[in-house]
Amino acid sequence: MIKLRRSIKVFVFLACLAPVVWLLIAAATDNLSANPIKDITESTGIWTLRFLIITLCVTPLRKLTGWNEVIRYRRMLGLFAFFYGFLHFMTYVWLDQFFAFHDILLDVYKRPFITAGFTGFVAMVPLAITSTKKWIVRLGGRQWQRLHRLAYLSALAGVIHYLWLVKADIQRPVLYGMALSLLLGYRLFAMFPLRRDGLKQREIAA
Amino acid sequence: MVIKTASNIPSSEVTPENTYLNRRRFIELATGLAVIASSTSLLAQTKKGQYDTDEKQTPYKDVTTYNNFYEFGVDKDAPAINAKNFRTRPWTVSVEGLVKKPQIYPIDDLIKGLTIEDRIYRMRCVEGWSMVIPWQGFQLSALIKRLEPTPQAKYVEFQTLYAPDQLPEEKHQVLDWPYVEGLRMDEAMNPLAILAVGLYGKQPLPNQNGAPIRLVTPWKYGFKGIKSIARIRFVESQPVTAWMKAAPAEYGFYSNVNPAVDHPRWSQATERRIGEFFKRKTLPFNGYADQVASMYAGMDLRKNF
Repeated sequence: MIKLRRSIKVFVFLACLAPVVWLLIAAATDNLSANPIKDITESTGIWTLRFLIITLCVTPLRKLTGWNEVIRYRRMLGLFAFFYGFLHFMTYVWLDQFFAFHDILLDVYKRPFITAGFTGFVAMVPLAITSTKKWIVRLGGRQWQRLHRLAYLSALAGVIHYLWLVKADIQRPVLYGMALSLLLGYRLFAMFPLRRDGLKQREIAA
Repeated sequence: MVIKTASNIPSSEVTPENTYLNRRRFIELATGLAVIASSTSLLAQTKKGQYDTDEKQTPYKDVTTYNNFYEFGVDKDAPAINAKNFRTRPWTVSVEGLVKKPQIYPIDDLIKGLTIEDRIYRMRCVEGWSMVIPWQGFQLSALIKRLEPTPQAKYVEFQTLYAPDQLPEEKHQVLDWPYVEGLRMDEAMNPLAILAVGLYGKQPLPNQNGAPIRLVTPWKYGFKGIKSIARIRFVESQPVTAWMKAAPAEYGFYSNVNPAVDHPRWSQATERRIGEFFKRKTLPFNGYADQVASMYAGMDLRKNF
């Protein structure tokens, strides 16, 4: 059983690496577009958002289905979100701006979509640092959990970042926004179980 | 570089059917084309036209696989895939508005006899990348002169074909279709403004680049270069373009390349030339200030963006 669990985890890990492996293969075989830096930026960016959304699916999935196993993958999925976010950030700093820090600071300050993206990335940093068991113990479960709600902010900032950078094709950012609303809405709903019961009783009374 | 003859012969006419009907004419055409083909390559080696840039040309593959043509999908590689079966013949262009004879023209009649030239232009996209593209086309001014707009006509408006069955993205509200663009009359008459019908020394234009006929205004952002034109209208007041409608605070009527005026959401100071790693500085009017700046003398380009 433990062996099986372990091999599933390895499989998931490799699957999470697939986007970057695919990107590397495409780059090596000249299968990126005429603007490869933009391709790398877009691919790492979209996978950051996808992994954030996937990570935020873990808790609702567990609670709604009772499939407790799934919690074992949350840290790994969250760290992959950070991994792609880091690649995305470095693509911008290195390939796009080539370490022109003055321009980068100006961008972060002046361009709302970059401000949003930067916020989302920075919010992930403490989460990545405190992702170890040691840190959970050090902070205490409750504090740790509270800190890790920053993931909501990060995902929200990611969706806004995406929405603000497109020209007119808002369809995809809106879809991600809807998915995120659902996931955050679920949490809001789950936070107030009493009120929900109250509502139900009133409904029955009526 | 000027190619004097016969490029206005549509490829659709050089078909076995026509051969059958008029063999002699076919032979004449074939010889003519051969002569042109050889002279083009000869000229290409020796002579650069007064409007041509001698910068390194963007590879054909990049020009034809990295496109913004939202009617065929919003991804850069979508037009090359989705425009494959786009029907560009028969094709008509409806000439309307303040013009001597409003009329629907089969495209070959519309452009017959106009001088087709090669023009090697820079193209700067509003998104911050650029290319160098050898177009083949004719000066818009020549067509306008032929159509004889009335003195009231102050602007030319262009529309892309609206045919959702062929241009699938027109089924979705990405923009308010059909795509509309426009030029002030003096801009349209500027010798830099061309209607392109070919690319890299040959016709027709690949579908994803705006076949069968598209606008090229190299001193403006790329989106001004409306593709697959089906309607030309001469009007008195300034047209509202598709992008002005979609985001009036972000896209103005003029859309001249201007490194000093940023897009509200990103900088326009630099650009990445396709194929290059380091960004380069964007030039006012995309480097065509000598030919076009005088048209905007006295205008506040921050307001008239």
